[in-house]
Amino acid sequence: MPAVSKGDGMRGLAVFISDIRNCKSKEAEIKRINKELANIRSKFKGDKALDGYSKKKYVCKLLFIFLLGHDIDFGHMEAVNLLSSNKYTEKQIGYLFISVLVNSNSELIRLINNAIKNDLASRNPTFMCLALHCIANVGSREMGEAFAADIPRILVAGDSMDSVKQSAALCLLRLYKASPDLVPMGEWTARVVHLLNDQHMGVVTAAVSLITCLCKKNPDDFKTCISLAVSRLSRIVSSASTDLQDYTYYFVPAPWLSVKLLRLLQCYPPPEDAAVKGRLVECLETVLNKAQEPPKSKKVQHSNAKNAILFETISLIIHYDSEPNLLVRACNQLGQFLQHRETNLRYLALESMCTLASSEFSHEAVKTHIDTVINALKTERDVSVRQRAADLLYAMCDRSNAKQIVSEMLRYLETADYAIREEIVLKVAILAEKYAVDYSWYVDTILNLIRIAGDYVSEEVWYRVLQIVTNRDDVQGYAAKTVFEALQAPACHENMVKVGGYILGEFGNLIAGDPRSSPPVQFSLLHSKFHLCSVATRALLLSTYIKFINLFPETKATIQGVLRAGSQLRNADVELQQRAVEYLTLSSVASTDVLATVLEEMPPFPERESSILAKLKRKKGPGAGSALDDGRRDPSSNDINGGVEPTPSTVSTPSPSADLLGLRAAPPPAAPPATSGAGNLLVDVFSDGPAAQPSLGPAPEEAFLSELEPPAPESPMALLADPAPAADPGPEDIGPPIPEADELLNKFVCKNNGVLFENQLLQIGVKSEFRQNLGRMYLFYGNKTSVQFQNFLPTVVHPGDLQTQLAVQTKRVAAQVDGGAQVQQVLNIECLRDFLTPPLLSVRFRYGGAPQSLTLKLPVTINKFFQPTEMAAQDFFQRWKQLSLPQQEAQKIFKANHPMDAEVTKAKLLGFGSALLDNVDPNPENFVGAGIIQTKALQVGCLLRLEPNAQAQMYRLTLRTSKEPVSRHLCELLAQQF
Amino acid sequence: MVWIRFILIQNRAGKTRLAKWYMQFDDDEKQKLIEEVHAVVTVRDAKHTNFVEFRNFKIIYRRYAGLYFCICVDVNDNNLAYLEAIHNFVEVLNEYFHNVCELDLVFNFYKVYTVVDEMFLAGEIRETSQTKVLKQLLMLQSLE
Repeated sequence: MPAVSKGDGMRGLAVFISDIRNCKSKEAEIKRINKELANIRSKFKGDKALDGYSKKKYVCKLLFIFLLGHDIDFGHMEAVNLLSSNKYTEKQIGYLFISVLVNSNSELIRLINNAIKNDLASRNPTFMCLALHCIANVGSREMGEAFAADIPRILVAGDSMDSVKQSAALCLLRLYKASPDLVPMGEWTARVVHLLNDQHMGVVTAAVSLITCLCKKNPDDFKTCISLAVSRLSRIVSSASTDLQDYTYYFVPAPWLSVKLLRLLQCYPPPEDAAVKGRLVECLETVLNKAQEPPKSKKVQHSNAKNAILFETISLIIHYDSEPNLLVRACNQLGQFLQHRETNLRYLALESMCTLASSEFSHEAVKTHIDTVINALKTERDVSVRQRAADLLYAMCDRSNAKQIVSEMLRYLETADYAIREEIVLKVAILAEKYAVDYSWYVDTILNLIRIAGDYVSEEVWYRVLQIVTNRDDVQGYAAKTVFEALQAPACHENMVKVGGYILGEFGNLIAGDPRSSPPVQFSLLHSKFHLCSVATRALLLSTYIKFINLFPETKATIQGVLRAGSQLRNADVELQQRAVEYLTLSSVASTDVLATVLEEMPPFPERESSILAKLKRKKGPGAGSALDDGRRDPSSNDINGGVEPTPSTVSTPSPSADLLGLRAAPPPAAPPATSGAGNLLVDVFSDGPAAQPSLGPAPEEAFLSELEPPAPESPMALLADPAPAADPGPEDIGPPIPEADELLNKFVCKNNGVLFENQLLQIGVKSEFRQNLGRMYLFYGNKTSVQFQNFLPTVVHPGDLQTQLAVQTKRVAAQVDGGAQVQQVLNIECLRDFLTPPLLSVRFRYGGAPQSLTLKLPVTINKFFQPTEMAAQDFFQRWKQLSLPQQEAQKIFKANHPMDAEVTKAKLLGFGSALLDNVDPNPENFVGAGIIQTKALQVGCLLRLEPNAQAQMYRLTLRTSKEPVSRHLCELLAQQF
Repeated sequence: MVWIRFILIQNRAGKTRLAKWYMQFDDDEKQKLIEEVHAVVTVRDAKHTNFVEFRNFKIIYRRYAGLYFCICVDVNDNNLAYLEAIHNFVEVLNEYFHNVCELDLVFNFYKVYTVVDEMFLAGEIRETSQTKVLKQLLMLQSLE
């Protein structure tokens, strides 16, 4: 076996390195280096031509100096000269210097490329490999341009040596990663796939990496690799431990190649061919069986190599998620590892089980390990292992074990590392809400969260508990009692004061009967915290006080005294001052009745399900979620009075609308002008009420759903999109849109900017502008947590035929979104022809190790491409008449869902995109609009008419366009806006 | 896409004995990464795993005497495969340098690069057979 001695070959270099090592100080080192640099410089500039050996030695010294961290500004030319030497050792130093030091220096790159070209053509495998390694190490675009076409040839040439093929495969991979456009697919691709059959395992090892990379963007071109990979894998897995000789590592046959093959298979769905699939399942079973066999060696290398294959096998089983038997076996295997003495294995088992927990087939099997996992959370020394245990508990949680898991997580929180506290708080809050059976448990849990880790409890979490308490009267008394007790603690967190202030202000009366929590006691308890709190909390408490005056008249004098105090009335903070002044006045001038109306208990928050919950529910099947609602509150409305959502009694309608109300109540809408053709009289229709609604043929709603099949994998977006990390689902398996997707989309039909989506983790904002058939949309993704999102991947997908109707170009965004940060994505949109369904926006990322995904409808509807058209009354009627075929008209009669306000309606119609035409309709109450929908292929003229009937609180909407589906679709979109 | 981002060999004092980059970083960034890796890895002991989350990647590392061998890969890559890839590499170095020690890597730094390129290329595992790698290295050694 080879052995080299120190500094063998270049004595001068060894001496220099020794000198440097002997330097006692940094200064001495610099002095020595400068001396050497001067020496080398003089040699390079000298009259005497240097021989190859000296040149090599000096270039190598320069390289050493550079690697010590010093700048090198000469010697590049000498290094390039070494490339054309015939001696391997000189060439090698030249290439090494170039790989480490040259960053696409334009002057030299031509010379370097020339030398590489010569070496590639040399038919000397050693030189060819040096050149290929240099390309692979530098990987610059210039090199790609020069060699991308040559390398596939070298790779598949019949006479290339094995080592050259290995290097060529990976060199090509590097160029493809750097500039995919430079590597054209061609007839060589088929031959690359067949390298999987190569006799030389090293060639196969390199080729699998290349194929795994290429197939992600061209899955169909490389499909044949599946059966080849399976048979290769099968041969390795079933071979005896010594069959593969050179490629056996500690009695494990070809572990790295096996892992690579298993990863390649994860780029594809399960094989369609039954024989191939059978063979693969056999392989997977063999790996699982082997895990149970006694080890062939006690060395850790043996078990690591074996388990590397095992974990990759389990990843593939999870990726397929279709073989219940294998999933459960995988879970049992991981279960054994949970108590293994090797920390590595415990860690990896926890991590891998986390993904198993989300499969319906193995969820139950994972749950059986709960005690072991809880124990890991308590006893593991390595924080990263504890973190994985927390992730797994979260993933395995369901109704049956929620109480246990939540209480263990709470206990862990008391000692948890600061870095992961917020994440644990969020997890506990989500679980507590999701699986709450009785709400007192939920309230206890959240208050405990605030007590234990108040600093890490974000606003969303405590807003949420207030919403739930407000909406559930069965828990209000309990909440008041509990929060009152929690506030007794001498030092309680400010978030507790906020929650306490709010709850007592609303429901303090429920515990006022007990003398221990009588109104004056409640008040003085809250007020004892007042001076230590921030302005926001003090503002909230002032609102609580005024609520107290209403709830408990006996506290009025005391509270007025507090409000009157100079520290409030003349407070430097405007908000506090204003509240004190207003509340004081309100309490003095208003009668008890007025006070009771103004300070009435908060109305329930709108009940709707949180999107996180909905997503989790879909994953785990029905019955897993709880009945808890999620009415998100606008953060600005978090204090009782300042931001109270107007109850009917506190609403003061602006006068213009009152005016309009009077007007609208007056005469019923007149008959439509004669020119409207069809003899349907508004009055008649309205008097018939909703029963007379014309049926609209196939309900657009249904048509919409049926088009929501998973987008075809060959959709152009899937190709444009960045390749997702292998373990993540490809764009083709994005989930269905969240249940609220339609509702969210509707909000954007008449406006272009706003918040599209928000949950506890993520906020997505939209800004867009449209002109003619083009649009540009900015999506803003805000990370609301303090933890970085990883593998952040938003993609736009076109279901069904949409890709022929709408072109959306996306720019990639950074794969990481820091906590609290926002990233922006630009979308360029072109409307090719009329379309009915909006594109889908799929957002995937990892948050604290757990994959998150979300599918929304992108707010791009056909009306965005409206071009408003002004026209005179007579033109309008003429066109209206021209569009009189029954299928060109769509009509809808519907009940008003919002107050019927003419100004609002106008704004909505303008937002919708059409021009509003005045003095066209004889009835001034009616709205008439016109516009042209601009698409690349055609233009669609649209006329619309909206007839409100204030008495019946109904509208009739009529659309006429030159294209039937467009009429129906526009009618449907617009009708939902009123 | 999954590939090795960099390979680092450092001693306990933080001196770099090999740095092989498979991604474009500028020099300042490289220096920062080197320091961060050192800080992250040296505080861990034998009871800890051989894996540590690092920015958006993870470091798979193993300590041999005073040297830390670290490989930076994607978070969802196979930990144990890289852990053993490190060991495989170390066994090759040991054989090639005949009981390798830190000084061998210092004085023969330019040869270490050759060993790396034989076993890892473009951030991928190129060759895993110790016999094949050593045979190739012996052949190169015999060349002038």
